[in-house]
Amino acid sequence: MIAIVALIILLPFAAAVAGLLGSRVGWRWSAGRVGGGSRTEPRDLAAGRRAAWFAVTAAAVSTALTLWLTLRQALDLPRSVAPLRPGGSGFWGSFLPGRVEGTLTLVETGSVPISVSLRGDGLSVLTGILVVVVALAVQVYSVGYMRGDPRYPSYSAFISLFTAAMLLVVYAGDLIVLYVGWEIMGLCSYLLIGHWWEDRASSRAAVKAFLVTRLGDVGFLFGIFTLGMAAGSFQIDDVLSADIPTGTLIVATLLLLMGVAGKSAQVPLQTWLPDAMAGPTPISALIHAATMVAAGIFVVARLYPLFLGARPTLDVLAVIAAIGMLGAALAALAQDDLKRVLAYSTISQLAYMAGALAAGVGVAAHGDAGGVGRVGGDQAAIFHLLSHGAFKALLFLCAGAVIHHAGSNLMSRMGGLRTVLPVTFWTMTIGFAALIGLPPASGFFSKDAVISVIEHSNGAAQPFLYGSALLTVGVTGAYAARAWLRTFFGPIGVRPPPVPRSLSRSLPRSLPRSMVWPIVVLAVPALLFGFAWLWLTWQGGVGSGVGWGVDWGSAAVSLVVALLGAGIVYALWRSDPAQDPARLLGPFRVPCERAFYVDSAYAALVARPILRLARGVVRADAQVIDGAVRGSGRATMGLSGLVRLAQNGNAQLYVTGLVAGLLLIAVMAAVILT
Amino acid sequence: MGWLLIVLVAVPLAGAAVLALPAFRARGIAVTFGTTVSGVALALALAAVAAFAVPYGQGGSSSPSSPNSPGGPSGSDGGGLGGDMRLQTDLPWIPGLDLRFHLGVDGISLPLVVLTTLLTFLCFVHLTRHPPVGGRPRALVVTLLVLEVGMVGTFLALDLLLFFVFFEVVLVPMYFVIALWGGTRRRAAAVKFILYTLLGSAVLLIGLLVVWTQAGTLDMVVLAERHGGGMSRSAQILAFLAIGAGLAVKTPMWPLHTWLPDAHTEAPTVGSVLLAGVLLKMGSYGFARIAIPVLPEGAAAFAPWLGALAVIGVIYGSLACLAQWDLKRMIAYSSVGHMGFVLLGFATLTPVGMNAALFANVAHGLITGLLFFLAGAVKERYGTADLARLGGGMLRRLPHMGSLLTFACVASLGLPGLAGFWGEMLALLGAFQPAAVLPRPLFLAFMAVGGAGAVLTAAYFLRMLSRVTHGVHGVEPGGAVDVTSRELAAWVPLVVLIVLLGLWPKALLAVTTPAVQAVFTSGTVAP
Repeated sequence: MIAIVALIILLPFAAAVAGLLGSRVGWRWSAGRVGGGSRTEPRDLAAGRRAAWFAVTAAAVSTALTLWLTLRQALDLPRSVAPLRPGGSGFWGSFLPGRVEGTLTLVETGSVPISVSLRGDGLSVLTGILVVVVALAVQVYSVGYMRGDPRYPSYSAFISLFTAAMLLVVYAGDLIVLYVGWEIMGLCSYLLIGHWWEDRASSRAAVKAFLVTRLGDVGFLFGIFTLGMAAGSFQIDDVLSADIPTGTLIVATLLLLMGVAGKSAQVPLQTWLPDAMAGPTPISALIHAATMVAAGIFVVARLYPLFLGARPTLDVLAVIAAIGMLGAALAALAQDDLKRVLAYSTISQLAYMAGALAAGVGVAAHGDAGGVGRVGGDQAAIFHLLSHGAFKALLFLCAGAVIHHAGSNLMSRMGGLRTVLPVTFWTMTIGFAALIGLPPASGFFSKDAVISVIEHSNGAAQPFLYGSALLTVGVTGAYAARAWLRTFFGPIGVRPPPVPRSLSRSLPRSLPRSMVWPIVVLAVPALLFGFAWLWLTWQGGVGSGVGWGVDWGSAAVSLVVALLGAGIVYALWRSDPAQDPARLLGPFRVPCERAFYVDSAYAALVARPILRLARGVVRADAQVIDGAVRGSGRATMGLSGLVRLAQNGNAQLYVTGLVAGLLLIAVMAAVILT
Repeated sequence: MGWLLIVLVAVPLAGAAVLALPAFRARGIAVTFGTTVSGVALALALAAVAAFAVPYGQGGSSSPSSPNSPGGPSGSDGGGLGGDMRLQTDLPWIPGLDLRFHLGVDGISLPLVVLTTLLTFLCFVHLTRHPPVGGRPRALVVTLLVLEVGMVGTFLALDLLLFFVFFEVVLVPMYFVIALWGGTRRRAAAVKFILYTLLGSAVLLIGLLVVWTQAGTLDMVVLAERHGGGMSRSAQILAFLAIGAGLAVKTPMWPLHTWLPDAHTEAPTVGSVLLAGVLLKMGSYGFARIAIPVLPEGAAAFAPWLGALAVIGVIYGSLACLAQWDLKRMIAYSSVGHMGFVLLGFATLTPVGMNAALFANVAHGLITGLLFFLAGAVKERYGTADLARLGGGMLRRLPHMGSLLTFACVASLGLPGLAGFWGEMLALLGAFQPAAVLPRPLFLAFMAVGGAGAVLTAAYFLRMLSRVTHGVHGVEPGGAVDVTSRELAAWVPLVVLIVLLGLWPKALLAVTTPAVQAVFTSGTVAP
């Protein structure tokens, strides 16, 4: 069974290797000689077709295998589940009881060994489904979206590599293995944001994304060290079941939180995500909305028992989430770039998941704390992660279609697209409804789950978090309504001639089928996933005596708040459709648009001082350290010059010196002997 | 099989001697001849691997359960599975001084021997289509073969003075490589290189002599087994200071590094590759082979200082790279940073730290070797390695070259899944829990600083990539020839090994771990 898991991971990896090395076989050298120009040539198209086959086939087979694995786990065919799942959350086990694991080998390091191991349990499989489904949709979508791009083969190969890395994170059985996948995802994100590297903005955004996340990842690695050394093993099961002192646990989880904040774009490491929108839109959908940025949330859920044991960490997480969700939502309200609206919205929604995690185990509502069937923040977070993955990927893919049609990212250049792009309009409407949390879309249920968990939690930061969450619901309604109205309604915006994004974009105006299908397919879970989840949990709940319903009280409150936010924007827009409803922010509009100047602060406080320091080091190296070396050389030369004065070839001087020396020795001998 | 190592040293020496004969003055065959000789040396090194692996496998199968028990008493395994010296040759050399011609390999030296012969061979492959700019290919081939003798001998020697002799043999050919085939300011760089490293060697020799007078033997195996027995603490400290300083010049350790950027910038491509790929490793190998096993008390006394200078080197090297404008100079400074991680691994005085250092050694040899090959190729095409004059857009003009450069930089910044990661990660892990005699809070601080250095490393590599490979504007490369097949032949083995060691670190760790554990466990057994 573990071979299936391995296959799910290895297939996209193989596709990546094949796509990078194999798609240009035969033309490789001739293509290299001309320098790989931007012209779309027949061989580029052929290579693209081949690469598309590799990528889509691998993604499709991986998806099929994942679904099969899910089914098998749900039915729990092996019946060989260990009765005790050390520390693991019992909840996933209630409807996905199956569990596979396997260790390929143990790598001795001289200290704690690294086990190359995989494990597939309920949580992995759930997240794994999201990854492969969105990856497949994006691969298919990209075939149309990137048609004619001469670098499509490497593009699709990097997506495949990303998919493999994310699946490795999801199925990793060892923290170091998880870290390997975690970092490779970061690399793929870098490569794909920088796909249009001719554009300096893309290049800068790619570097920024990699560096900011890496900063967090160093902390993450240290957190892994702390856990691994305390538990004597890097295996996740061992770490979860180990008896780690609370102090160590707090330090370790706080360090892990650094990596989580980096990867999931949470305060204070959130600044890279909006810039990452410089990448192709399908990448934004896959990596920067649905999967990679959710990895941080996934890891916390994976190690949730540890976080529950470290209450201060959860409080820190609560503060981070509270600041992040509201700040990002306000920033989203002021953006003009449609993709940046969605990016800030992603930060905000991820903060919801973080908030749910920070809420801990809900003691009041549904279950007993720590019990096998407990209802905790991790389930709410994962529920929202899955539904958000579906509807945000959908929103991005729709945005790609809109941008493709309008020829610009800016909403001020859009408007009135309702009639021109009917399919996109309807699917995107579903996406926005889910984002706002309108029933019956999936977002309604998942957001309700999150808010209900937050409401019933009892952490120190709970009032702050709950207030922020409710406010954010209103702001979310506002910015989603604004984006929806300004894109699809109102006067038709000023359309510039479609600017080719540094590559031949001779696409037909009507969307190719490969772009329409993924949108339509993703709209289904975005709309209906909430019911599926309810059914699943109900099914699973029958056995263990608990379940997950809808908390109607909190749902009604948040629905009212969301409609209020949307209503205000609608009223403003109605009064003058040509004007931006963001004017309701008044004097705060500019700070919101600049995301509260965090970027400028980092540039002034971190980036520039480091560069100044670097220049100082170079100067000091040349003048001080090497100066000392050269100085010692010169000093030696100078000294030898002095000594050379004695060696002037004058025989008289030599004889004088000889006699003087003899005399000295004689005198000394006389003094010593007498 | 004892003859194998002698042949391994003798083959390049004989090759150099034969080629130096006037009969070989005919043009054209020198490089081919050199390629063949270094290929034979590589084959011999691989044969040594095979000879090494056979008893290893037997040992493993006789006790299949013991390697799988973590935390178990691994000292006895360490002795049986590769911690011991293999393929030994022990001949009297200068009986009056009790000097012996003693060669052997174990898990510590074997990877470096293979790395040396591989890089030398690849340098010759590179030379077959890229004749040296300074002319005189025959002289270059002879020089490189003599260089190989010294490098391989250093890693094989098991007698302190024999080690020193090989260590010194390396300097002279490298001096000529820089001085005769280097760039415009080659003379100054070469003189600086040889004076600086000779000074280091002199100090090293003093340290070795202290060991000799105190312990009464020059045999490294015996000395390592004694684990400092028979030497007073003060003598150990003195000897470690001298030996450590001598090795630190070679490694190089901050602040003794300033010969390195000049030498690298001026050296020809093959010189840079061997300098970074092998010569620096001789310094760090000395720590693993002599300074730490032979002088444990001296090592314990100096480890905090070593760790401090190592992490200063990491940060300092990264910052220097960040403001660097010359590609080769930047890669040279990146070596200072990477060797800082190696030294940090040693400074922890733990098996995992030394494993880290040995892994990082090999990984750095492969990756920086590749980087210097690429830098040389860039310089050859653009006529400059100045980042400002290179401009951008390499991915557009030379897509394969740009991709390979990206790959090498990503490997060098320590991405998991590629070779550069494991050394850095294990060094930091070692610093997390250093040896019991060392102050742990200090090493935790070192770990944090090292982690910051890892971020800075990513920063300068990505900044360089962004500047050179991205964008549209840039200098038209002369001839606009992307990677040639001969260059590819020299580079692909490195790429493959980087990926292989990255995905399967066990390949290397399984070889080094028993030897490393033997170094440390014997110390705890014998007080």
